[in-house]
Amino acid sequence: MRTLFDKVWSAHEVVAETPETPAVLYIDLHLIHEVTSPQAFSVLKNLGLPVRRPDRTLATMDHSIPTSTEQVFGNVPIKVDAAARQVRQLEQNAAEFGIELFGMRDARRGIVHVISPELGTTQPGMTIVCGDSHTSTHGAFGALAFGIGTTEVGHVFATQALLQRKPKTFAVNVEGRLRPGVTAKDLILAIIGRIGVSGGTGHVLEYRGSAIRALSMDERMTVCNMSIEAGARAGMIAPDDTTFAYLESKPRAPKGRDWDAALEQWRALRTDPGAVFDRSVDIDAAQLEPMITYGTNPGMVLPIGAAIPDKAGDEVFAKALKYMGFHGGDAMLGKPVDVVFIGSCTNGRLDDLQAAAQILRGRKVAPGVRLLIVPGSQAIKRAAETAGYADIFIAAGADWRESGCSMCLGMNGDTVGAGQYSVSTSNRNFEGRQGVGARTLLASPYTAAASAVRGRITDPRELL
Amino acid sequence: MEPIVRVHSKTVVIGSSNIDTDQIIPARFLTTTTKSGLGKQLFADWRYLPDGAPNPEFALNRPEAQGAQVLVAGRNFGCGSSREHAPWALLDFGFRAVISTEIADIFRGNSLKNGLLPIVVDETTAQWLLTHPGAAVDIDVAAGRLTLPTGASVAFPLEAFTRHCLLHGVDELGYLRSRSGDIERYEAAHRERTPT
Repeated sequence: MRTLFDKVWSAHEVVAETPETPAVLYIDLHLIHEVTSPQAFSVLKNLGLPVRRPDRTLATMDHSIPTSTEQVFGNVPIKVDAAARQVRQLEQNAAEFGIELFGMRDARRGIVHVISPELGTTQPGMTIVCGDSHTSTHGAFGALAFGIGTTEVGHVFATQALLQRKPKTFAVNVEGRLRPGVTAKDLILAIIGRIGVSGGTGHVLEYRGSAIRALSMDERMTVCNMSIEAGARAGMIAPDDTTFAYLESKPRAPKGRDWDAALEQWRALRTDPGAVFDRSVDIDAAQLEPMITYGTNPGMVLPIGAAIPDKAGDEVFAKALKYMGFHGGDAMLGKPVDVVFIGSCTNGRLDDLQAAAQILRGRKVAPGVRLLIVPGSQAIKRAAETAGYADIFIAAGADWRESGCSMCLGMNGDTVGAGQYSVSTSNRNFEGRQGVGARTLLASPYTAAASAVRGRITDPRELL
Repeated sequence: MEPIVRVHSKTVVIGSSNIDTDQIIPARFLTTTTKSGLGKQLFADWRYLPDGAPNPEFALNRPEAQGAQVLVAGRNFGCGSSREHAPWALLDFGFRAVISTEIADIFRGNSLKNGLLPIVVDETTAQWLLTHPGAAVDIDVAAGRLTLPTGASVAFPLEAFTRHCLLHGVDELGYLRSRSGDIERYEAAHRERTPT
């Protein structure tokens, strides 16, 4: 009796771990981007080594590149010089080492964790790594996917393997149905609030139960994406008919007889009845409300109608509230908002843009509020334009951009000003994450869009 | 990687819990394409005032902190982003060890690969260290022990392979490459797996 994680792990053990040595784990797919790869390529060059499996390596640019159309497709140069250097360096490295690159103007470019599922290169049962902690996203397909540092990027380049200690397992059981207006983002924020930002350290999470099975692939990716925000390097969901239906039409998914053979293997990727997890938590989906963060880590989160707790004497808590300009006892609803960001590898997919469009249709962004909507990929951009969402966004007064990580992390020119409040569908509300002094409140696309319309933190159910 | 056998140093304390890698090195400094020189941007948003002057209130800027090689921090140090720039910045500044009750997984792995010691201690030891900034501590990598100036000594977990790499400055890549025969055999046995 084995868990889903155990099955994927053991299928990739080149050498099993011993008390003295870690396991050698085979990596099926290595995703790279411009920010965490240059130093790893330098190591290869210094040692005179090739990339062992360029056919299992995919490159794109997402973190530091701009999202303004003039800079991406026009004649305006990339404004951040150092970012322009990273882009050029990735182009050179990909060409030198024979790696397929979805470059700046490629129609298939986008956030690394958005495009691999779209291409069908993310598949059940795989091991997938990337020099980015939100690699956990791909666990939505029943893959073991986790973020690595740049030294490990170099290890995978050179050997297609990593040295790893086997993590423990943690079942997150979510039963019941999410209520209208309560999304996958609210669910994962509630889970993080419950187990804490280090609750998953040393563990791989498996999200299970009827509420998880009812989620679309876009929603499952939102959940798995933020596993790292609970301290877990990876989160997984067993593949099922929803997964297979998503993958079947994707360009790089297996076809014909290969598809049938793959499907047979993928159907076995589930935790056996009676398999034991090291830890578990039970969540009742029907009890959940739209969630919003109020502090400086994703575990500082509340149902949107609640008030900030009062923790007199807790210095760390007080420091977080001071940074946010909030006080214990404050209600979250009605607090003013300066910026709203809808996008990122957490909530930049078509389901998310549809949710935003549902709220924004026929409405305007409140005066003085900046609404930035950034699709997760160029494919999603086109799909949102075809579906009419882009017209709704533009009519509402939003700034509609080219794909990228954008305002999730302030390194590409898209930033929130010091002291400003940003309701953001991204994944981290750390101090300064969206710009020096920026104050981030994490929420769902519904809540973000509703707050943009009112200019205040708003329960989206009032506008649905 | 430089071998690391022993660290004997005073400590500097940043007591906050959940110090994330965005604080250790903010994203706007990740546009570099090298590993060196990140020490001046370590904790940039806490260390410098908006006008760029050092913030005199911040622990690393105090005169007594100069030369300290051991950072003592609150619970769950290094959470968040996988950026290896975080240990690179800490090392470039001069740190050789970080002590906390809990250290985030990816940061821990990244640190060990660069010769920065992530040392997890019990709550009692951590409380003593957090309340005694500047204490002279001794870290013995071979023995896996941290000794406080009180004479109290605690073991910290370090597996044999990791300890060997640290003590001898061995890069894990060398070991991985030595298993290339195993990797080839594995690939031969799993040819049906779909490449990209």
